[in-house]
Amino acid sequence: MSLCRRREWGGYMKLSSYVIKRLLYSIFVLVGLSIVIFVIARVVPGDPARLALGPRAPQFAVDALREEMHLDKSLPVQYFYWIKGVVTGNFGKSLVTKRNVMEDIAEFLPATLELVLMSALFVVVFSILFGALAARYKDSWVDSLIRVMAYTGVAVPSFVLAVIFLLLFGYIWPVIPVLGRLSAGIQPPPTITGLITVDSLLTGRMDVFFDAINHLILPALALAVGPLFQEARIVRSAMTENMGKDYLAAAVGFGIPDHVITGKYLLKPSLIPAVSVMGLDIASLMSNAFLVEVIFDWPGISRYGMEAMLRKDLNAISAVIIVFGLIFVVVNIIVDLIVAYLDPRIRLGGRSS
Amino acid sequence: MNVRVQSKQGVPALSFSARVKSGVKKNWYKFSRNKLSVVGLIIVLLIVGAAVLAPVIAPYPHHAGKFVDYANAGTAPCAKYWFGTDNFGRDIFSRIIFAFRGALYMAVLVLAIAVPVGVFLGLIAGYYQGSFLDTVIMRVTDIFLSVPPLLLALAIAAVLKPNLTNAMIAVTVMWWPWYTRLVYGMATSLRNEYFVKSAELIGAGRLHILFREILPNCLSPIFTKMALDVGWVILIGASLSFVGLGEQPPTPALGQMVSDGTRYMPDLWWMTVFPSLAIAVTILGFNLMGDGIRDMMAKGEYDRE
Repeated sequence: MSLCRRREWGGYMKLSSYVIKRLLYSIFVLVGLSIVIFVIARVVPGDPARLALGPRAPQFAVDALREEMHLDKSLPVQYFYWIKGVVTGNFGKSLVTKRNVMEDIAEFLPATLELVLMSALFVVVFSILFGALAARYKDSWVDSLIRVMAYTGVAVPSFVLAVIFLLLFGYIWPVIPVLGRLSAGIQPPPTITGLITVDSLLTGRMDVFFDAINHLILPALALAVGPLFQEARIVRSAMTENMGKDYLAAAVGFGIPDHVITGKYLLKPSLIPAVSVMGLDIASLMSNAFLVEVIFDWPGISRYGMEAMLRKDLNAISAVIIVFGLIFVVVNIIVDLIVAYLDPRIRLGGRSS
Repeated sequence: MNVRVQSKQGVPALSFSARVKSGVKKNWYKFSRNKLSVVGLIIVLLIVGAAVLAPVIAPYPHHAGKFVDYANAGTAPCAKYWFGTDNFGRDIFSRIIFAFRGALYMAVLVLAIAVPVGVFLGLIAGYYQGSFLDTVIMRVTDIFLSVPPLLLALAIAAVLKPNLTNAMIAVTVMWWPWYTRLVYGMATSLRNEYFVKSAELIGAGRLHILFREILPNCLSPIFTKMALDVGWVILIGASLSFVGLGEQPPTPALGQMVSDGTRYMPDLWWMTVFPSLAIAVTILGFNLMGDGIRDMMAKGEYDRE
């Protein structure tokens, strides 16, 4: 027992040094990303100061702005000034909204987070459910149906799915709302977290909550369908592989009830490969949100970023990408921690496969 | 079983052409064991054929450009216009066939540039593992892999002028790191193999070791990944053109046609539905074929050691 405890302690020490290493590495990646963004934003033809002021501004004003934006300095010095602003949350002004980019992001980010969280929830719940079903009824029509859906889900891009949803539920069979976050007559709840579903629950306004959920379903589904069935396939193959393992036969021989075996001894280790690719799925959810938000008129940061891109609003573009990079890095750290929790080989610092 | 006996016994006696023939036969067997791969291959052949022969096959080739026929604008699918016509009266079927050209052109060119660059960097970094060069290349690779590819491709395409070339540049910039990482993993393990060590001992040049000893052993995963990637490049290209960052009108592109169609929903639903289907079928076809090529490349039970 004590030996076991000590081993576990050592494991947690190893885990914490693993986490620290992971964090340092993420910071490095983010710095690198900021350099990439900076370079992209600077290779754009045209003078940023001229772009900001418009073609009819007098030359002296442009020159003054150039100096203020440090555009007369060398590139590394420019980068230094820019990254100093970025670290303190100052991305400069947006050309489109004429406000500080940070304010815009604070306003638009929650809507995107709500959407991505909802679709991530869809992915997690249904992939495990469908994966377990396909494994349980292996080689039956359920299994084949999920396989066909996986092939189709990959082939149909989420923006196409979104357009088809819009056509089906917006015009042909309008049972759920398709545009925006809330119906026209409904007052949004006071902003606490920015997520309308959470805010309306906190303030106890159930009508708003259900309306918000209704608006979320279609865009979230359009994002989720592709990754969902892929994940289900991964869960299925991990489960069928683990089913043949000796330890399960031993558990059955021990007389452990069926549902405990499935839920605890079979499902938990089978989730590891699926969770590992979840980080990549979040990436695809976030980048596909760029197109889906435009289609569903969702007032999120992706739609804001899309507009910024189409109007060459460099400050906003850089900010949006840095924010997405940050989210992506954080999500991947969380995914790694969940995998470490699920996989005792990593958690306890033993040999990992 | 039959195949194995034949190849094992017949190896020394077989002529070159017979060996090629048996190789083709074996690969086809492995490829076609999964019927879906064959379906994928047929879809791909049809699409490539249609794209190459577009001016011959398309019923109205001149509709893939500046053409206006308001008398027939918004015709529903019928015998004359299989997929209907758009708001300018242009045949959607013809436009889809011409749009395949841009999509395939993009996929081929992106892979033709991104793969050699990525493979080369991965080879160098892997062979000189632990060196300064390795650190620089692999850390840069990590940075590129740390952002969702579509996102950065959108950003790059957005700051450049919107056209097909710049969309290709944007996607290429996002694509090479995947190959660098793939080859890096293989090269780091291959550099310790005896055949590499002995080549070094004999005094073979670095280029010889990189390209004649290590590279040939990495080829089958590279080809497998390329086959699977064609669909992905087409998907990203369609996404870019959907938001207007690809081929510019009047030249048709699949994503652009879908997005044009959304403005005329639900009355001209065929303007959206058929290009959407075209995208889905194209990607499906390339994915299925890619799976078949993966099966073909995998060392199977019928391969000689």
